[in-house]
Amino acid sequence: MSFPHRHLLGIKGLSEQDILYLLDRADEAVKISRQREKKTSTLRGLTQINLFFEASTRTQASFELAGKRLGADVMNMSVANSSVKKGETLVDTAMTLNAMRPDVLIVRHSSAGAVALLSQKVGCPVINAGDGAHEHPTQALLDALTIRRAKGKVGRLIVAICGDVLHSRVARSNILLLNALGARVRVIAPSTLLPSGIADMGVEVFQRMEDGLKDADVVMMLRLQRERMAGSFVPSVREYFRYFGLDVDKLRLARPDALVMHPGPMNRGVEIASDIADGPQSVIELQVEMGVAVRMAVMETLMLREGNQP
Amino acid sequence: MTPRVLSNVRIVDPSTGMDEVGSIVIVDGRIAAIGAGAVDVETPSGAEVEDCAGLIAVPGLVDACVHIGEPGAEHRETIASASRAAARGGVTSIIMMPDTDPVIDDVALVDFVQRLARDEAVVRVHPAAALTKGLKGEEMTEFGLLLEAGAVWLSNGRHTVDNPAVMRRAMTYARDFGAVIAVATQDRRLGAGVMNEGLFASWLGLPGIPREAEIIPLERDLRLAGLTGARYHAMSISVPQSADVIRAAKENGLKVTAGISINHLTLNETDIGEYRTFFRLSPPLRTEDDRRAMVAALAEGVIDIIVSAHDPQDVDTKRLPFADAENGAIGLETMLAAALRLYHSGDVELMRLVDAMSTRPARILGLDAGSLAPGARADIALIDPDYPWVVSKDELISKSKNSPFEDARFTGKVLQTLVAGVTIHRA
Repeated sequence: MSFPHRHLLGIKGLSEQDILYLLDRADEAVKISRQREKKTSTLRGLTQINLFFEASTRTQASFELAGKRLGADVMNMSVANSSVKKGETLVDTAMTLNAMRPDVLIVRHSSAGAVALLSQKVGCPVINAGDGAHEHPTQALLDALTIRRAKGKVGRLIVAICGDVLHSRVARSNILLLNALGARVRVIAPSTLLPSGIADMGVEVFQRMEDGLKDADVVMMLRLQRERMAGSFVPSVREYFRYFGLDVDKLRLARPDALVMHPGPMNRGVEIASDIADGPQSVIELQVEMGVAVRMAVMETLMLREGNQP
Repeated sequence: MTPRVLSNVRIVDPSTGMDEVGSIVIVDGRIAAIGAGAVDVETPSGAEVEDCAGLIAVPGLVDACVHIGEPGAEHRETIASASRAAARGGVTSIIMMPDTDPVIDDVALVDFVQRLARDEAVVRVHPAAALTKGLKGEEMTEFGLLLEAGAVWLSNGRHTVDNPAVMRRAMTYARDFGAVIAVATQDRRLGAGVMNEGLFASWLGLPGIPREAEIIPLERDLRLAGLTGARYHAMSISVPQSADVIRAAKENGLKVTAGISINHLTLNETDIGEYRTFFRLSPPLRTEDDRRAMVAALAEGVIDIIVSAHDPQDVDTKRLPFADAENGAIGLETMLAAALRLYHSGDVELMRLVDAMSTRPARILGLDAGSLAPGARADIALIDPDYPWVVSKDELISKSKNSPFEDARFTGKVLQTLVAGVTIHRA
């Protein structure tokens, strides 16, 4: 069995087998990260460029560490404050970098579709590290890996995704992936934070946490951006927390062994209460660990794939 | 509390469709029995019986649009003075508009109004909350928390929300909470004039307000209501084209209702005469043809409710050149008497009028009011439909005296008003 895709631009287009293949390899990568000696030579001599058009700390660090553990040479480019500001187009930036002959490009961009556009102009695999409100495939993979390791399976679990689904690439990738693995996906949000057509995305839609959290096996909270809190999409932080923040009372409605997840960075007291984030049901730190493993798995899969090497 | 019986009274209750002469038995502030056979069923021993021959009993009126000056302009009207004015007019529930100073856009202010009402008002006072912070039309307020605190609906004051994206999101969010958004569909800029646009305004040399200033925001909002599924109430429409739009929206299954002020059903632009500022209103008084068409739309039920649009203004805001004066007229004390003009003229049936001033607003707002059915709270207006009287400025209870019906002759008067079985007003 091999992996049939040149890039990882999204979960869309991946089959169940593709996803399980990556998760199985990630399970192996977890072992590497848990050893004392974490450096391997799998990707020795290969160059990884992290091209982040949008500021990111944790995702960029996770990709950087994943590359280093596989022995690649990693270069970080934060384009948020460089040539793009000087007017260079996305495609020109891509062509310039391509001329430096990287072996993988990890790209984050604030515009949906920008990573796919860039992938058409370069000669190496491209991994989408988040494009606008479109997709964030490695996040969905790491979430699935976290669930699978904690619950032993993903299929037939009830997963409630709560919060700002409208602006969330994490939600979209997760909806696709969880459906591909046979989970029952719910979304819970005020209607102002739900995209139109959501009911046809393969999810059950709820406007009240009290309804949507019932019997959930996994509660996945989404981050609410600050600029959306004060009257534009929701009236205020206190009202949002009252109706949509995950606290003890609301979590009690889910199954007693339900997992609490958050892609980070968290707004404590906005979408999640502190005691829940730090509580026994939280697997938020495990998600971070799985992130490195999943990114190792994706990189070695794409970079060592036949036809993907220069 | 001693049980009471109102006997030989004509009962008109749209909530049950009852229109018959009989008795009303009140025990512990609630209707125990009602109708022709009520007394035979149960007359509590020791009940205080009052002969009401010749009178009509209707459920106490519910006025869904009342501006009060408290907090911020207590010299014009307080919650206490407005409630006494309401009692005189047979109004037992008032919805207080949020355009006070400060604006009622916060839970603490809803609490404040409710506490004040509980301590000082003789009728029920329900706050409406602002739809957007400071009524600025930019950021929505905490709908969930405001409704939980006791706000009955959400209003954006005297104008429409300019920004359609804000309106859409507010409607989307309000739908989740089942809230009603009540909007005065008046465009701030297109409606920048001071009276109905037309020949009369032109002769007076006053800038006009075209009917489109009302129709365009209304049509826009109804499109958004269709998009979002929100419950929408057009607070005060004034032209038949608006009624047509409402009718079509209802036929399309939208959750839409509409109101009209008593002024627009009984007055027209010519009442302005020589610049009489008490007739400067928003929306402006329209033509006589418009008025007649609106009366027909009310009779038909396209327009759901009648409001007083009570808006106290003092000499400081009314004794000014017409173009410089404020909009607004008081109306709590005269709404019912003015509405009876439509009954006496044969234009609207009494049942429909009472429905429009009591049962239907209570239903739209979800209030425990507007009904005389057994078990309902005994909020009752007792009316002598043929009582002739003249509105005297000196007798007005309202702190402000800007009544467009000053010196008007009315046939029909509220003789007694009861809240929870207790008489709070007797003429």
